[in-house]
Amino acid sequence: MNTHKILVLCIISAAVACTIPACTKQEKASEPPELTVMTHDSFKVSERIIKDFEQSYGCKVVILKSGDAGTALNQAILSKKNPLADIFYGIDNTFMGRALKEDLFEPYNAPGLRDIPGELILDKSGRLLPVDFGDVCLNFDKAWFARKKITPPASLEDLLKPGYKDLLVVENPATSSPGLAFLLATIGHFGEEGYIEFWKKLKSNGVLVSGGWEDAYWGQFTAASKGTRPVVVSYASSPPAEVYFSKTPLDEAPTAAVVEPGTVFRQVEFAGILKGTKHPELARRFVDYMLNIPFQEDIPLQMFVFPANKHAGLPEVFTKYAVLAEEPVALNPDTISTNREAWIEAWTDAVLR
Amino acid sequence: MFFFYPLASILGVSLREGGPWGSDVIGRLFSSWIYVRVLWFTTWQAALSTVLTLAVALPGAYVFARYRFPGKTLILSLTAVPFVLPSVVVAAAFQALLGERGLLNGWLMGALNLPSPPITLDHTIWFILLAHVFYNYSVIVRIVGNYWSRLRPVTAEAAKMLGASPWRVFFEITVPLLMPAILAASMLVFIFCFSSFGVILILGGPRFSTIEVEIYRQAVHLFNLPMAAVLSLLQILLTLAFMGVYTTLQRSSSLPVYTESRSVTEKRITGMKDWIFVGANGLVILILLCAPIAALMVRSFHAQDGFTLDFYRSLFMYRDQSLFPIAPIAATLYSVGFALSTLVLSVSIALPAAVLLTWHRFRIVRFLDPVLMLPLATSAVTLGFGFIIALDEPPLNLRTSLALIPLAHTLVAYPFVVRSVLPALRSIPKELKEAASILGATPLQVFFGVIMPIVSRAVMVGAVFAFTISIGEFGATVLVARPQTPTMTLAIYRFLGQPGEMNYGCAMAMSTLLMAVTAGGFLLLDRIRIAREGEF
Repeated sequence: MNTHKILVLCIISAAVACTIPACTKQEKASEPPELTVMTHDSFKVSERIIKDFEQSYGCKVVILKSGDAGTALNQAILSKKNPLADIFYGIDNTFMGRALKEDLFEPYNAPGLRDIPGELILDKSGRLLPVDFGDVCLNFDKAWFARKKITPPASLEDLLKPGYKDLLVVENPATSSPGLAFLLATIGHFGEEGYIEFWKKLKSNGVLVSGGWEDAYWGQFTAASKGTRPVVVSYASSPPAEVYFSKTPLDEAPTAAVVEPGTVFRQVEFAGILKGTKHPELARRFVDYMLNIPFQEDIPLQMFVFPANKHAGLPEVFTKYAVLAEEPVALNPDTISTNREAWIEAWTDAVLR
Repeated sequence: MFFFYPLASILGVSLREGGPWGSDVIGRLFSSWIYVRVLWFTTWQAALSTVLTLAVALPGAYVFARYRFPGKTLILSLTAVPFVLPSVVVAAAFQALLGERGLLNGWLMGALNLPSPPITLDHTIWFILLAHVFYNYSVIVRIVGNYWSRLRPVTAEAAKMLGASPWRVFFEITVPLLMPAILAASMLVFIFCFSSFGVILILGGPRFSTIEVEIYRQAVHLFNLPMAAVLSLLQILLTLAFMGVYTTLQRSSSLPVYTESRSVTEKRITGMKDWIFVGANGLVILILLCAPIAALMVRSFHAQDGFTLDFYRSLFMYRDQSLFPIAPIAATLYSVGFALSTLVLSVSIALPAAVLLTWHRFRIVRFLDPVLMLPLATSAVTLGFGFIIALDEPPLNLRTSLALIPLAHTLVAYPFVVRSVLPALRSIPKELKEAASILGATPLQVFFGVIMPIVSRAVMVGAVFAFTISIGEFGATVLVARPQTPTMTLAIYRFLGQPGEMNYGCAMAMSTLLMAVTAGGFLLLDRIRIAREGEF
C-alpha cells in the first residue's frame, strides 16, 4: 500500500470515529428510556433476567462497570453533581459509612424489604437496600490436610499454634476487600485492644500477605495452584464454586470453609437509587425487581454470594456444598467507617513494616 | 484536551479538600518517612530494572540488527508477547516455573537431593526485577535494534581497518552512534518501571510499594483523594525532571547518520564466534521469554486428568448462566478492533508531534518534548477519575461512550510512537532535505518523498507498540468497558475472579489466545510497508 492510501484511510477512520458518538446521541431522543446501573467489575446477572425487566417496563438497561468496588464508589462520589447512573449496586458494609456521609442516595422504602432478614438491613433510612451477602472466612485444602494427617484449623486462635506455622495466606487489607473483611473479623473477635497483638503473633507464625485475592488464591493456595499455603482467606461460597466450575463432575468440594463462631465477617452488598436520577420511578421498579425472587435466585450461580431475600431458593450446589456462619462477627458500620483508615495503618505498621 | 483538562480537574478538586493549595497534605507527606522511602524505592528499582534490561537486551538488539537467519520475524514478534500479558498471568507463569513447588525447584531438589527449595523468588525484589526485564526486553530490542540495522557497517569497518580493537570500535563508534536510540528506549523502560503497578502489587507482594501503588491505595481504599493527588503531582514532576535530563542528553548525542537498507547491513551467521554469540542470545530469549510463555500454554491444555481441549471449547460457548453476556471468544474481536483504532489514532497524532519536535529553532519545542511524554507517567486511577469529573458535559460527555477506550489507549500508546520515530527523524541529515527543496520539491513532497521512506520502519515499530499497548491495557479499560464488549484482558480477569478449575483453565486458554493474537498482529504488521524502504 502506498503512503497516500494509508493517509486517506487514517482520515476516513478518524472521521468515522468522530461521528459514531454523534449518531448515538441523535438516536437517543426517539429511543425508550435508558436506565443505567453503575456497579463493580464482579457484577454478573443472567441476560434473560435483564431482558424480562426491559420487556415489562419498555426500557433499556445499561450496566456500567466501573472497576473494583472502591473505585466504582469513588467514581459515583466524584460524579454526584451529574450522576453517571440511576442506580448504584455493590456498596458493602465496609464502604457504606462513606457512601451515606456523601449523601449519594434517595431513600426508598421498598416493599421487598419485608422479605429480608432484619440483621441485613443495616441502613434503616432505606437509602441502601441489601441485595446479597457473602461470608469472608478461612478456606483450607482438604487433600493437603488429609495427606499430612493434621487437623485443619477451626478458630482464629488455632492459627497461632506452632503446628500451623507457615500455612496461611491472607490479602492486604489496604488493597483488597476480602483482606479488609478478614481484618475486621479479627477486630470484632479480639477487640480494638487485642487485634494488633494477634496479628503480631500471626506474623511470627509465618503468615504470608498477598496484594489481592487473585494472587492469594491462584498464586499461593495449594488447592488451586502451585502455591505453598493450604489455608487462604476467601469466601464461604468458594467451595461450591470449586464444584460448579470443576472440569470433571465432583462429589465433594476439594476445599472447605471454616465458619466457626467469631471467625467470619459477613459482607452485605447494597443497592441504592442515586440522587439526581432522571428516571426515579423506573429506578424504584428496578430496585423492587432486584429484591424479588427471580433476580434473587439468579444471584448465587452468577456472583457466588447468598441472596438477601429469605424466600429465595438456593441451587443444589449451594445447599450441598455451602455452609453459612451462624455467628458472624458483629461490627457496627459507623465504627468501621470512623476507624477504617487508622485500623489499616496500624495493621500495616504491625505486619508489613 | 483529553489529558490535561481531566488531569487538572481532578487535581484541582482533590487539592481543594486538603487545605489551601493542599498544604496540609504536603506537610504530612514530607513529615513521614514512609513516603520518602516509597519515593526512593520507586526510583532505584526503576533505575536498576532499566540497567538490567539494557544489559540483557542490547546483545539481542545486535543479533536482530545484524544477522540474517530463518524465522527472524517470527522470533522478533514473540519477544513482544510478554508486553501484553496481565500481571496476574505473568505471576502464574513464573510461579509454575520458579515457585517453591515450580518446575525448576522440583528439578533442583531432585537432582541435588535438597530438603527445601533452593529458589525462593516470590515476593522478593528479584521477582520484580525479573518481571520488568521480561516485560521490557522487546522495547530495547525493537527500538535499538531497528536503529542499529540502519547504521552503516562501513564506519565501524573503517575503524577496524585502521587498527582499532573490536571493543574500542564498539565503545567509541557504535555506542555513540546508537546513543539516541539507547536513550530513547531506556527512558521508556525507566518510566514504565517508575510507574509500575501490577508487577509490584502482585509479584512483589505488599512489602514493596511504588508511588503508583500508593496512589491507588490512598485513592481507592483509604478515600484520601488529596494525598493521592499530591502523590500524582509528585510523580508527574519527577517524570518531567527525568525527561528534562533525557532531552538534554538526547540533544547532545544526536548525530546525523547516513542509513543503509537492511539488505546491506545484514549478514549471515558464519564462523564459531557468530554461532556462539547468536546462540547465547537465543538461549536468553528461550529461558527468559519462551519458558514462561510455554508454561502458560501447557496450563491451557492441561487439566488435573491430563490433556484437554475443553477450556478452548468453552470459550466458544454462549451460556446464559455464564460470566459473559456473549461467547467469551468475541472478546478477541473487540480487542483487535480497539487495538487497530488505537494504532491509527496514535500514529496520526504522534507523527506530526514527532516532526514538530525536530524543529529546534523554536524554544517552546524543548518544553514540549517532556510534556508529550507525561501521559505515560500519569497514574491510571488519577486519570480515570479525572475523566469522570471533566468530561461530564456536552459536547464532551464521553464518560460512557465506547470511543473512550481507544482514546484512553492512545494516550498511553502515542508516547511510544513518538519515541520510536524521533531518533530516526533526528538522524536525517539536513542536507538531504535541503537538496530536495533546491531541486524544487514542495514541503509535502519532501515529507513523503524523503522523510517518510527513511522513517517508515521506525513508524512501523511505533505502530506495533501502539497495537500491543492497546491489546494489553487493563487499568483504563476496566473503567469504561461494557459487559457486552469485554476485551481479552478483561475476560482473563473475569475468569480469575472466581474459584474453580474451569475458570483457571479458561483464563489460561484466553491468555494463550491473547499471545497468539499479539504475535499474529505483529507478523501481519511487519508485512505492511508504509513506503519503500529508504535506500540512502
